Amino acid sequence: MSAEAAARDDPFRGNPWTRAAWVALAVYVVYASAQMELSWERVLTGAENASKFFGRMFPPNFDRWELLVKGLVESLEIAVLASALGILIALPVGFAAARNLMPAWATWPARFVIVACRSFHPVIVAILFVKAVGFGALAGILALTVASVGFIGKLFTEAVEEISLKQVEAVRATGAPFASVLAFGVLPQVFSRFIGFSTYQLDSNLRNSTMVGIVGAGGIGGTLFAAFQRFDYDFVCAILIAVISLIMAGEVVATGVRRVFLEGATLAGLFRRGGRPAEARLMEDD
Amino acid sequence: MLELKRLSKSYVPGKPVLTEIDLEVDARGITAIIGPSGTGKSTLIRCANRLTEPTAGATPFDGEDLARLSGQRLRHARRHIGMVFQEYNLVERLTVMENLLSGRLGYVSAWRAWRRRFPAEDIGAAFELLDVVGLGGFANRRADALSGGQRQRVGIARAVMQRPKLLLADEPTSSLDPKTSVEVMQLLADLARSREIPVLINMHDVELAKRFADRVVGMSGGRVVFDGPPADLGDDVLKTIYGGEGWLH
Repeated sequence: MSAEAAARDDPFRGNPWTRAAWVALAVYVVYASAQMELSWERVLTGAENASKFFGRMFPPNFDRWELLVKGLVESLEIAVLASALGILIALPVGFAAARNLMPAWATWPARFVIVACRSFHPVIVAILFVKAVGFGALAGILALTVASVGFIGKLFTEAVEEISLKQVEAVRATGAPFASVLAFGVLPQVFSRFIGFSTYQLDSNLRNSTMVGIVGAGGIGGTLFAAFQRFDYDFVCAILIAVISLIMAGEVVATGVRRVFLEGATLAGLFRRGGRPAEARLMEDD
Repeated sequence: MLELKRLSKSYVPGKPVLTEIDLEVDARGITAIIGPSGTGKSTLIRCANRLTEPTAGATPFDGEDLARLSGQRLRHARRHIGMVFQEYNLVERLTVMENLLSGRLGYVSAWRAWRRRFPAEDIGAAFELLDVVGLGGFANRRADALSGGQRQRVGIARAVMQRPKLLLADEPTSSLDPKTSVEVMQLLADLARSREIPVLINMHDVELAKRFADRVVGMSGGRVVFDGPPADLGDDVLKTIYGGEGWLH
């Protein structure tokens, strides 16, 4: 039977190579788990330990709430400042790295900067900055700025490289200077994605800002780690609840920012129920 | 006004798309360039304002050779040439008014343009032009909410906002239905006449060219093979330009 005739019998016939690959993957998963001594006994013992541990965490202890609030506020400040600084730097660096707009002498250094910023986990960068500028929030802000530049810069460059150059060409044809071509031809095409990346990075910075404290770069992370080491598990629980609330609040703010910038909602409209402004779209045969 | 002197263009070395084109555009009115696909009509128009770099030749515009200019002087010269594109090339995410005002970007500093502080007379002219092209009230509509015909009207208005000395149009009606094509061509013709701007337009619809052009230039194989009034466009001329016979009747 020819291959085509065989396909007529069963159009959904699988590829034997794909199936073999899935089997190989399953075998490897089992093998790797065995190598790493992942067993049900350990899970069960662990579950017992975990329940004891969780028992000591409840009820959460908010007695030292001033310390908690101080740490949270510092984390928030680190996150907001790092995001603002990161966005400010990522915008020109991201543009400079776009190969469809800029010459090689601009794109290569810019891409290098972005890759360097992206390479390391924020906590490692925080350790470096703590060594450089000392303990405290400054190290945290600098570390998260680096992380922001890496993330936003990379995604922004990719967004710029995907724009329609026809629109840019039309603006250039009017004799506009380069900055105006960027402002009128390029930026409108990438602005909404830029806002999306920025709000995502704000959320990410909020999470990371609670972490950099563990290495001494300020924020609630230090308080959390100290409480853990002192076996104050009920205070740990209070801190965790506070952090979750902070992240949730941050998400609400981020959604609000996106709605304001991208859908033209007014501040009042944000609080109206289901307040999404209607957009009239004309039919093609008008 | 605009002269093309021995203009040549090869995208791939050895395979010229335009060969030593000599053309002069100075009268008022509409000059239509017709010819088969791939014969370099678009390339010719785009070489005129250097959106495409000519390989050889000169393009003196109002005395200055555009092919030799660069940087700010090229930008200043481009301000006087308005261009209408086949796919409208509006900035989709901007409003109609912003698209119109982008025609004035060559005259406004980048900082003021960013803050949308255009001179009052430009804004007044924009509103007036919107009425003329039949889109009064569309000023705050986003460009991607418009139909094809509406977008091309905005594109034409944007080009006219430059108060140009010459209008180039690269297949402005090729993406439009027959009725809208005639409306858009009529708009171009009216604007060209009332504001006394010569128009160089490339199109592949011969009937449209016959109906609206004052002068027709026929291209074939990268060279000019006909240059005269539309009345002289007989069947034999069309056969020279396009080749083949079956399509004529």
